[in-house]
Amino acid sequence: MAKTYVYKRDHVNTDEIIPARYLNTDDAAELATHCLEDLDPEFVNKVQPGDVIVAGDDFGCGSSREHAVWAIQGAKVGAVVAHSFARIFYRNCINNGFYPIELPGAVDKIHDGDEVEVDYKLGVIHNKTQNKDIPFKALPDFALEIINHGGLLEHIKKQ
Amino acid sequence: MPMTITEQIFARAAGKQAVEPGDLVNAKIDMIMCHDVTTPPAISMLKQHGIDRVFDLEKLAVTPDHFQPAKDIKSAELHKRLDTWAKEKGIRHYYPIGKAGVCHALLPEQGHIRPGEVIVGGDSHTCTYGAFAAFSTGIGSTDLAAAIATGQLWFRVPESMKFTLSGHLPHGVYSKDVVLEVIRRIGTDGALYKAIEYVGPALKEMSMEARMTITNMAIEAGGKNAIIGFDETTKQYLEGRLKGKQDYTVFESDPEAKYCFEDTIDCDKLEPLVAYPHLPSNGKPISECAGEVMDQCYIGSCTNGRIEDFRIAASVMKGKQVKIRTLIVPTTPTVWRQANDEGLLNIFYDAGCVISAPTCGACLGGFMGVLGAEEKCVSTTNRNFVGRMGHPTSEVYLCNPATAAASAVEGKLADPRKYM
Repeated sequence: MAKTYVYKRDHVNTDEIIPARYLNTDDAAELATHCLEDLDPEFVNKVQPGDVIVAGDDFGCGSSREHAVWAIQGAKVGAVVAHSFARIFYRNCINNGFYPIELPGAVDKIHDGDEVEVDYKLGVIHNKTQNKDIPFKALPDFALEIINHGGLLEHIKKQ
Repeated sequence: MPMTITEQIFARAAGKQAVEPGDLVNAKIDMIMCHDVTTPPAISMLKQHGIDRVFDLEKLAVTPDHFQPAKDIKSAELHKRLDTWAKEKGIRHYYPIGKAGVCHALLPEQGHIRPGEVIVGGDSHTCTYGAFAAFSTGIGSTDLAAAIATGQLWFRVPESMKFTLSGHLPHGVYSKDVVLEVIRRIGTDGALYKAIEYVGPALKEMSMEARMTITNMAIEAGGKNAIIGFDETTKQYLEGRLKGKQDYTVFESDPEAKYCFEDTIDCDKLEPLVAYPHLPSNGKPISECAGEVMDQCYIGSCTNGRIEDFRIAASVMKGKQVKIRTLIVPTTPTVWRQANDEGLLNIFYDAGCVISAPTCGACLGGFMGVLGAEEKCVSTTNRNFVGRMGHPTSEVYLCNPATAAASAVEGKLADPRKYM
């Protein structure tokens, strides 16, 4: 069962997700050991595969570094749910086959530590702790197609 | 249908008569900027996927900048991957160390930016090139790989916001203050997914260097791109500078073009601003700053590291001593040489500054001036996020080059106007 880590703030930026001092590598496993380091230094010790990050508006703002997405994927985070996403980060998620879940009010609907399950087909987050189903808006079809192909380059090869 | 410049560029690049905000288009890419952090991963991805080709050797400009000269073994390996690939492929516009510079200063200076084109780069501040009436935006490594191999990318045509810059910039107030004021007003996501178009008489009085400071920081408001129309200043800057293709298309926004938001900045009323930690939107007029004590001053970066910026800083520092460690980082070899020829480097040396090779370095907390715990830096850069220039408890105060220089002289946030 996936556990949630809720960060009740806006503008969680790429410098916090993966500080530039670690950009001298593009190895996802190594980046993962520093995931969210400047936001929550304990995160990497707590997170279990499939766990979910929840935050406010403008998640992933700042740099174009795709290392932010690779660090999150490398840490085996199951999903990121945010009120809104910064543009480049959002695009980088889709290009890596990682579904950015846009959910206004997420930090109030999901509490830190809630156990959740994401159903991408139905577009629903099952909040097991609160026994609630929270719907989210599906991505546009072309983005879903990229994600279903496993990322942009796989998508290009299949076209 | 009336269109903004951004919409007209997309229509041209997508081979359509017209586009409107929200349209998804497949756009042809005219120029790609590649640097040492985001390009090596793109190269590896292309190899992994067996699509290891470059769509047009003329349409890439490649330079190491973030960690150049190599700061450690790992970054040296990144540079090797970039260098090997650029040579193997025969990239026409490759700037290895000695020619290398901070990408967003280097590409315009070396004549790779043309009006009317679609330009992408693996760096969020790629929006800088919008100062040349081009569409330009930052992308990640996967998009970069796709663009390098295919020469096209999908885009959603953005809505446009319009800022009119009226009046004249007062003494000691610069284009940096204009863009800090814009971000102060609309917030760091106030332009999310949108184009920001700048017009107005104050803009007409600005050099290309000053305009690039404004477009550079569009991303700090969440913007997709910023754009400034073509005029005589643009034309003069480009003359004799363009590499390769000499012709370009000038697009102008139609008078009836639609904007989702309009605002006016009365430049006469601006004063130097300082953006407090930890968001670029935390701008405060210098007269309201309480003289916070600083540990370091940084003058450089793709935002304010061009020759004009060093002229401004030198005019404040001339004949004075700095009270805090002060880093002068010319962004390109040409800027370095010019600052030297004009005697600016001597002024900085005499004032007690340290002068660095062109690099992004400390702006992103990489190297060459990283901050320790709880240190404060007054900086001409673009971001003041938590840990941006070093330790997570360090702080960055963003400002124009004159304010940075005056603050270096006093060792605390200081109003530059009394030195000018």
